[in-house]
Amino acid sequence: MNNVSLLLLHIRAQNRIFWRVPIGAFFALALPVVMLVLFVALFGGDEFTTEYGFVSRAQFYTPALAVFSAASATYTNIGINLATRRDEGILRRVRGTPLPPWIYLGGVVGSGVYVAMMGTAFMTALGVVAYGVNIELAKVPAMMLTFVVGSAVFAMLGVALAAMASSASAAPALANATLLPMAFISNVFVSFEGEAPSWLVLAGDIFPLRHFALSYGEALSPFSDAPAIVWERLGVMLLWGLLGALVAWRKFRWEPSVGSSTTRGRRSRRQR
Amino acid sequence: MIGDLVAHHQLEASLGHQVRGDRVCGVAEDHRLETGLGKSSSADVGVEPRAVFGNNGSPWQWTHVTDCSTPRLEIVRHRLARVAAMNLTADRITEGAAIEVRDLVKHYGDTKAVDGVSFAVDAGEVFAILGPNGAGKSTTVEILEGHRQRSSGDVAVLGLDPATAGRAFRDRIGVVLQEAGIDREFTVREVIDLYGAPYSTRRPTDELIELVELSEKADERVARLSGGQQRRVDLALGLVGDPEVIFLDEPTTGFDPAARRRSWDIVRNLTSLGKTVVLTTHYMEEAEQLADRILVLARGSIVAEGTAAELRSGLDTDSKITFGLPAVDEPLAALLDPLVGTSRGRDRRLEILTPAPTADLAHITAWATARGLELESLTVSSIDLEDVYLQLVGEPEVEA
Repeated sequence: MNNVSLLLLHIRAQNRIFWRVPIGAFFALALPVVMLVLFVALFGGDEFTTEYGFVSRAQFYTPALAVFSAASATYTNIGINLATRRDEGILRRVRGTPLPPWIYLGGVVGSGVYVAMMGTAFMTALGVVAYGVNIELAKVPAMMLTFVVGSAVFAMLGVALAAMASSASAAPALANATLLPMAFISNVFVSFEGEAPSWLVLAGDIFPLRHFALSYGEALSPFSDAPAIVWERLGVMLLWGLLGALVAWRKFRWEPSVGSSTTRGRRSRRQR
Repeated sequence: MIGDLVAHHQLEASLGHQVRGDRVCGVAEDHRLETGLGKSSSADVGVEPRAVFGNNGSPWQWTHVTDCSTPRLEIVRHRLARVAAMNLTADRITEGAAIEVRDLVKHYGDTKAVDGVSFAVDAGEVFAILGPNGAGKSTTVEILEGHRQRSSGDVAVLGLDPATAGRAFRDRIGVVLQEAGIDREFTVREVIDLYGAPYSTRRPTDELIELVELSEKADERVARLSGGQQRRVDLALGLVGDPEVIFLDEPTTGFDPAARRRSWDIVRNLTSLGKTVVLTTHYMEEAEQLADRILVLARGSIVAEGTAAELRSGLDTDSKITFGLPAVDEPLAALLDPLVGTSRGRDRRLEILTPAPTADLAHITAWATARGLELESLTVSSIDLEDVYLQLVGEPEVEA
C-alpha cells in the first residue's frame, strides 16, 4: 500500500473513531450550534457595533461560533485524543509497526480538519438559512482559504497540546484552560465593540483565534469588499502554526508517560 | 562418539524423509546451530560444519560427526521435527543468527537495568528470557524491538541495528507488547485490517482471527472483549505482517491456567510456522513448555543459559527430600547440621534440596529412628523446575 492510500485509510479510520465516540462529536459539532441558537435567542436580532460594522447578532455569532467549532474539532479533540492514546499505549503500538509516524499524525490531523469542515459548513449554512446571514459567492474563496489555514493551524496546535500535556487527564484541562479564555478575548463569545481595555485587545491580537474569527467574519460581512482576504491575520495564524509544529517536533512523545494513571492501572491489574 | 550415534538414530527416526531441500542442518564449530536449506548453509556462515546431513542424491547422510554434545542435537531434533511436520520449503527458513546481542548495557540514571548481557538467537529458534520482575527482561526486549535506546553494547536483529533501522526493519518483525492499548472503538476485524495495512506482506485477516480463536468476536468492538480476548487481538496484531521475528513480552501474565494453556497452543502454532520467537516470562513452566533455549536473567545479568535440561543439570543439587516435621523437644541442630543439602521450612514441613540424597536420607532416617519418630509423608523426588529457577535467581519472586 503506498503512502497516499495509507494516509487516506488513516483519515477514514480516525473519522470512524470520531463518530463512534459521541462525546467528542457533541462538543465539536452540537455545542456550537446550541450556543448559536441560545445567543441569538438571548440577545435578540438587534444590530450592534462590531469590528466589522453595524450588523445583526446572527451575522456576528455565525462566523464566530463556526470558527469556535473548527478550533474545538481540531485543537481540543486532537490534543485530548493523542494524549489519551499515548497513555493507553496505542501510539507505542503504532511505533512498532512499519507505518511512518507522519502518516499516523497525518490521519489524526486530516480527520480533525475534515470534522472541522463539517462543523463550520453546517454552522455557516444554518446561519444563512435560519437567520438570513449575508453570504456572497465572490467571498467564498476567502472564506475557504481562511478555514483551511485556521483549521490546519489549530490542528498543529492540537498536536503541540498533546506534546505538552503530561498525561491524558491533563490534556482536557489544558485544552479548556487555553481555548476558553482565548475565545472570550477573540470576538467569539462577545464582541469588543471598540470599548474593551487596550491590553485585552492586544492579548487577543497576539493569539490566533481572534484572527481566525475576524478573517472568517470578514468574508461574511456585508461591508467588506471581495475578495475579503486579510493577509496580516492569516500571517499571524501561520506563525502560530509554525510554533505548534516546532513544539510538536521537539516535544512529541510516543511512549506513555511514566506512572500515568492508565499505565499504572494496567500494570497493577496484571501483576496483582 | 557413542552419544553422537544415539543422537544420529534419534534424528533419523524423527526426520524420516519428509524434509525437502538439499541440506537441512549443521552444527558449527562454535557449537551454535545452523539451520538452513540449500547447498551453502555452512559456507555462508563461514564455519566448517562438524555435522551435516542432507539428501543430496542419496538418502539422509550423516557426515563429519566428531563432537556434538547431546543437548545440541536435542535441539536439532526438536526443530527438524517441527520443520518436517510442516513440510516447509526452502524459502521459509532463514539462515544463521536472527539476533545477536553483545555486552548490552542499559542504565536509567545510576541504576543498571541491563548489565552486560550477551546472547544469540538462531533463526527458527524459540528463545525465552526468564526472570523475576525487574530482572531486565522487558528492557532487553524493548531494545531489540527498537522501542528503547541502549546505553552501550552491540545489537543486531535480522542483521540490522534496531536503534537506527526504520520502516524496513519494522516490516520484518512482529511485536506483542506488554502494555500497548488497542483502539477500543474498532471491531476486531477493523483493527487488524488497519494495523496490517503498512506491511509489505501480510496474513489474511480471517486466517489470523481464526488462529487466535476469535472468529465469533470478529465484528465485536474491542471495548466489549474480555481482557484475555484483547490479549489475543494483541497477538493477532503482532502477527499480521507475517514477521520473521516475533517478540512476545509476557504473553500470558495475568491469565488463568486454562487461558495460559490455550495461549501456549497458539504460540506453538507460530513456532511450527518456522518463525523466530523471543518471549519473556516469569514462569519457568512457560519457558520450558515453549522454548528451545532459556536465558535466565536476574538483576540485569545472565545467571544461566541453555535448554531446560541443561539448566536442570547445571545445578549440583538435583533431589528434594520432604517430610512433615514431628514435634520434638530438642533443638533441630542435631537433625539439620550434618546435612549436605540446604533445608527450609514450609507449612510445618521440612524441605531439603540436596546433591547427596542417599547420604542425607540415611542421616534423616537414622535421626528419626533413634528417637522413635515416624516421619509423616516422607518423599524423595527430583527437584522441579520452579526450584531450579528460584535457586538460579537466588530469591523468591518479588510480588509488585
